[in-house]
Amino acid sequence: MSSERLLRLYREMYLIRRTEEVIADLYKEQEMRCPVHLCIGQEASPVGVCQELEPADVAFSTHRSHGHYLAKGGSLLALMGELYGRQTGCSAGNGGSMHLIDRAAGFMGATPILGATMALATGAAFATSMRQETRVTVAFFGDAAIEEGVFYESANFAVLKRLPLVLVCENNGLSTCSPLSVRQPPTRTICDMARGLGMTAVSGDGNDVLAVSQLARQAIDIARGGGGPVLIELPTYRWREHCGPGFDFDLGYRHPDELAAWQERCPMQRLVRHMEKTGVADAAALKRCEAEVQQEIDAAVRFARESPYPDESLLLAHEYMP
Amino acid sequence: MKPRTLRYCQAIHEALDLSLARDPSVYVMGLGVPDPKGVFETTLGLAEKFGSQRVLDMPASENGMTGIAIGSALAGMRPVLVHQRLDFAILAMDQMVNQAAKWCYMFGGQQGVPLVVRMIVGRGWGQGSQHAQSLQSWFAHVPGLKVIMPATPHDAKGLLIAAIEDNNPVISIEHRWLFNIEGPVPEGHYREPIGQARVIRPGRDLTIVAVSHMTIESLRAAEVLAEQGIEAEVVDLRTVRPLDRATILQSIAKTSRLVAVDTGWPSCGVSAEIVALAAEGAWSALKAPPVRVTLADCSSPSTPALARRFFPRVHDIVNAGRRVVGLEPLTERAPAAGDPPADVPDNDFRGPF
Repeated sequence: MSSERLLRLYREMYLIRRTEEVIADLYKEQEMRCPVHLCIGQEASPVGVCQELEPADVAFSTHRSHGHYLAKGGSLLALMGELYGRQTGCSAGNGGSMHLIDRAAGFMGATPILGATMALATGAAFATSMRQETRVTVAFFGDAAIEEGVFYESANFAVLKRLPLVLVCENNGLSTCSPLSVRQPPTRTICDMARGLGMTAVSGDGNDVLAVSQLARQAIDIARGGGGPVLIELPTYRWREHCGPGFDFDLGYRHPDELAAWQERCPMQRLVRHMEKTGVADAAALKRCEAEVQQEIDAAVRFARESPYPDESLLLAHEYMP
Repeated sequence: MKPRTLRYCQAIHEALDLSLARDPSVYVMGLGVPDPKGVFETTLGLAEKFGSQRVLDMPASENGMTGIAIGSALAGMRPVLVHQRLDFAILAMDQMVNQAAKWCYMFGGQQGVPLVVRMIVGRGWGQGSQHAQSLQSWFAHVPGLKVIMPATPHDAKGLLIAAIEDNNPVISIEHRWLFNIEGPVPEGHYREPIGQARVIRPGRDLTIVAVSHMTIESLRAAEVLAEQGIEAEVVDLRTVRPLDRATILQSIAKTSRLVAVDTGWPSCGVSAEIVALAAEGAWSALKAPPVRVTLADCSSPSTPALARRFFPRVHDIVNAGRRVVGLEPLTERAPAAGDPPADVPDNDFRGPF
């Protein structure tokens, strides 16, 4: 992979990481008055997958969607506007963090009822197939979404119709505070289940953006080429609490050592190490890129804070589409 | 020239046929849609005419398939999803209520979901507790959904076409006992406006607000009342959400008396909404407490012996009308040998669905 491309991967992961760190820092000001589900530590999945997509390809996501939205090219200004509840937000302030959308970027929408958007993605892929288009649809979701019936129902139909669909399961081992071990049997993997339904299923290192992008490339090629849906399982770890800006070790459901071990596998540090190993690391370029991203984020926060709130007259405005 | 008549099921069929022909993004999907019975004749022959890509069967995955229909709508299609019984659509509440209904609002009005979900409500012939639920109030409770319940073949066609062409999710609740009702239906394409009730029979003494099959029963009741010298005005709701408050209030202002008749249950139901509307919007016009006619407040029994008391009938509406004008109820004569059975819509109905 060219050094330029590696730098771009770094930039995109840094954008997600820094944006969420800034959100976490500013959250205590109580101006972002909506729940936030941060994906710090999980940046390799959205960036690795989205960088393999064509601009016309589309993606759906769930509640932990800031990364997917940004990696697919969603507007940072509109994200911040939305978190601040402003008229300029991507959902005009009606959505908040859990309802991000940027249709121009092919980010079709994110909603938090775990597996629901899997069905929507399957439907978008079905439309593509009915119209004989070549677009690929991606659904991002977590390991708990697999436990909802909608996963089985969507997968069954996607296999039946050989739809151009890529399901990306970010397995961070937790549903809120409930570990995978109390939710799914240890002897069966998520890939086993997907294969049992007739899908191609692959698993890889969810904290290695290069591994993710390679898996995504193959999956997208299969899906676009008429080979039917593919599931990619990406084991990873969320560093922060389930919902909110902080860490939640006081709750006792996980130990700080667990986080420390996963931080050793930080997707950004690993990419930097790879760049160093292959001799393409350019410390000055990384610094420049980080500074640029920080400026963008600062500008987005400023933009959001300066944006007006929606007028009260808009309360009933969007119930129906004209 | 006598106007052309069709049966209700044929009117639905014609609406689907025309819509499929007019717009290539329309497709019809549901369990049994292309089968030899064609969902009580409403989809007969459409798969042969338009192909199995556009008129298709589906796995029994009500929730997932609703999501798939929604997802396809977000990508430019206009799906019509069909449930042979409403009770199965309950499996899809997440997709209808959390996703389809909210999509436009929660994303700030950027995109609607042009989805139609047809669901058929059973009655009688032992349908029982899970094949005869008329849950329009569930759907009408939810902002973002529209709920139509056409009572006549004319409206079945015009409202379904309007629903398919609407840019929002529309729940179409079709009562099984209407399917053989015959009535005038214009040829060709026309839309009946969603959200408009219709005064289907004018009268001066009381207002009967009714919906779906209860509109037909209310018309029969109005004839019986007329024989007793009471002129009932029958307002056919046609749409449960958005509710046409103006037409209802206008009629109550004229008659000062209200009977609300629903195919559903009384608690938090459509009839309760109508009475609340009258209390809030026509209090000073009312000369008598409104009366509701609904299902009994219990699950649907299967045996005809109990179904007779569970489902409201013409006799119940007649007595409700008498009550609001201050007359004593009439005693129903006991069923006698040779009477048509009370658990079928007409004497031709032979079951099983």
